[in-house]
Amino acid sequence: MNTAPAKAGWRFRQPSVIPGFGLTLGFSLAYLTLIILIPLSGLVWRSAALGWTDFWAIAVDRRTLNALKISFGTAFLAAAVNVVFGTIVAWVLVRYRFPGRRIADAMVDLPFALPTAVAGIALTTLYAPNGWIGQLLMPLGIKVAYTPLGIVIALVFIGLPFVVRTVQPIMEELDREVEEAAATLGANRFQTITRVLFPGLAPAIVTGFSLAFARGVGEYGSVIFIAGNLPFKSEIAPLLIVIRLEEYNYEAATAIAAIMLALSFVMLLVVNLVQTWSRKRYG
Amino acid sequence: MEVRVVNVRKEFERFPALHDVSLDIRSGELIALLGPSGSGKTTLLRLIAGLERPTKGAIFFGEEDASQKSIQERNVGFVFQHYALFRHMTVADNIGFGLKVRHGAARPSAQEIRRRASELLDLVQLSGLEKRYPAQLSGGQRQRVALARAMAIEPKVLLLDEPFGALDAQVRRELRRWLREIHDATGHTTVFVTHDQEEALELADRVVVMSQGRIEQVGSADEIYDTPNSPFVYSFIGESSSLPVKVDNGEIWLADRPVGLQAPHAPSGEALLYFRPHDVELLDGCSGCIAGTVAASRRVAGTRRVELEIGGERQRVEIELPVDHPAAQKSRVAFRPRRWKLFPAS
Repeated sequence: MNTAPAKAGWRFRQPSVIPGFGLTLGFSLAYLTLIILIPLSGLVWRSAALGWTDFWAIAVDRRTLNALKISFGTAFLAAAVNVVFGTIVAWVLVRYRFPGRRIADAMVDLPFALPTAVAGIALTTLYAPNGWIGQLLMPLGIKVAYTPLGIVIALVFIGLPFVVRTVQPIMEELDREVEEAAATLGANRFQTITRVLFPGLAPAIVTGFSLAFARGVGEYGSVIFIAGNLPFKSEIAPLLIVIRLEEYNYEAATAIAAIMLALSFVMLLVVNLVQTWSRKRYG
Repeated sequence: MEVRVVNVRKEFERFPALHDVSLDIRSGELIALLGPSGSGKTTLLRLIAGLERPTKGAIFFGEEDASQKSIQERNVGFVFQHYALFRHMTVADNIGFGLKVRHGAARPSAQEIRRRASELLDLVQLSGLEKRYPAQLSGGQRQRVALARAMAIEPKVLLLDEPFGALDAQVRRELRRWLREIHDATGHTTVFVTHDQEEALELADRVVVMSQGRIEQVGSADEIYDTPNSPFVYSFIGESSSLPVKVDNGEIWLADRPVGLQAPHAPSGEALLYFRPHDVELLDGCSGCIAGTVAASRRVAGTRRVELEIGGERQRVEIELPVDHPAAQKSRVAFRPRRWKLFPAS
């Protein structure tokens, strides 16, 4: 080995006190291939067997388009709702000390732990026209269960911990002195939040959003109970896939799946690029 | 702007951090709050800023009672030990922040804000770094930006909380001189907190020595160093040695020997004798002196510091000797303090 000066450009390996770069990289690649890449390429392979024209016919089918629209639309709305309220929940848990804080903190994780079908059934019971909450909303003309609104509510429930748990640790690291500095410079509370705190939290909030969104897009168990599953109205894409599978129409099922995969991948990639950009900028 | 702190008491959850503190700060003065950690100096500074509210007492800015005003209304410039810069903003945006958040007619135009920012950057000698982010600056540069940001709002008072505490010794000394220059050029009433006595004595017009939530002494560097008014100030500022002595009829006695010092006004009885290790007179014979055996000796820069064991109780005191003094281990050295002070034994 010679000791030529390091070349410019990205370096393959940084010297470190902990050895094992080759082993861990090899393991990571093998593991990712086995767990993620092989199943997904199988999916693409199956849908490719369909041929381009058939694939396109399924893709632009009105029922497929509607299901995709509902899936991505409700997931987006739910993630947006969670960003607002999840951030507030995280703020309260981080900043204030009150009796029962630990219990509230633990409660945030319940949607992680609960079987999603149970959540779906519970929410349906509550929001059905004769349920506790449903009967209060009924006179106002708001129907929740068996409509896209119901799907949004189920996804809000499922997605909340993703936002809270990504934002919380970053919030804990916020330096109080920075807020105090803003106050001494004359910034009121609103300005301190929007101009000083929020930009620092934004990357974490974006991550929380993308996790909640990704989870929402793929959610099945809780949604099918509350959605009513009316084609063109409240039928989500994962359900459409299951329906196609039950019809033994494997090609159509994999085609829809491949479309969902591509859309999700593009969206997460965009989110990641935004993250990298902001991290580079603010260190 | 003149600042008056009147009978301020501050408790944190029943624990008193400041007991009945009063202090007059003159307009245009550079004043240091000096004390060990836990002495209440930072609490006092934060009370002046409005970051804390006094439990009792009031703080006046000129004739106005500022204690009823919010932090935003007080218009103070505060510099934090760890800079507290906004890391997602450029240097110029950091400095302009205080002007940008103003409302209506009070807010200068964007162009004016930019001009002020670059003017202040010139003042803190960081011209050309407008576009940098705080993460791209060194510690000393960050603290300069923090100071420029605090000065941008034309504060009534400039408050600095251990401004050089996080910097290394070299940068610290440099910034100290620089802060003095800025102060002389701008004339802001400035209060800074430090636990570094050298910094306080060198930089400040007046030094406020604090201990355990109380002000021990306020005065110029000379007053604080030459005429400390309590054992705490004597031992906290500069080097000091102390010995338990007895006063009898105006004469100071160490054990059963006279030291050769007269204290005609001191009451008879037990007392503590304080003196500076370098301010002693070495004697050959001993008729009225303090004599001891050398227990340890260290070379400190241009002098030699020796620790003496005095008398049967082996009290240890430090004095300074010339480097060429032949005092080796176990030899006896006799001396008498040139300047000293007696405090009643506690």
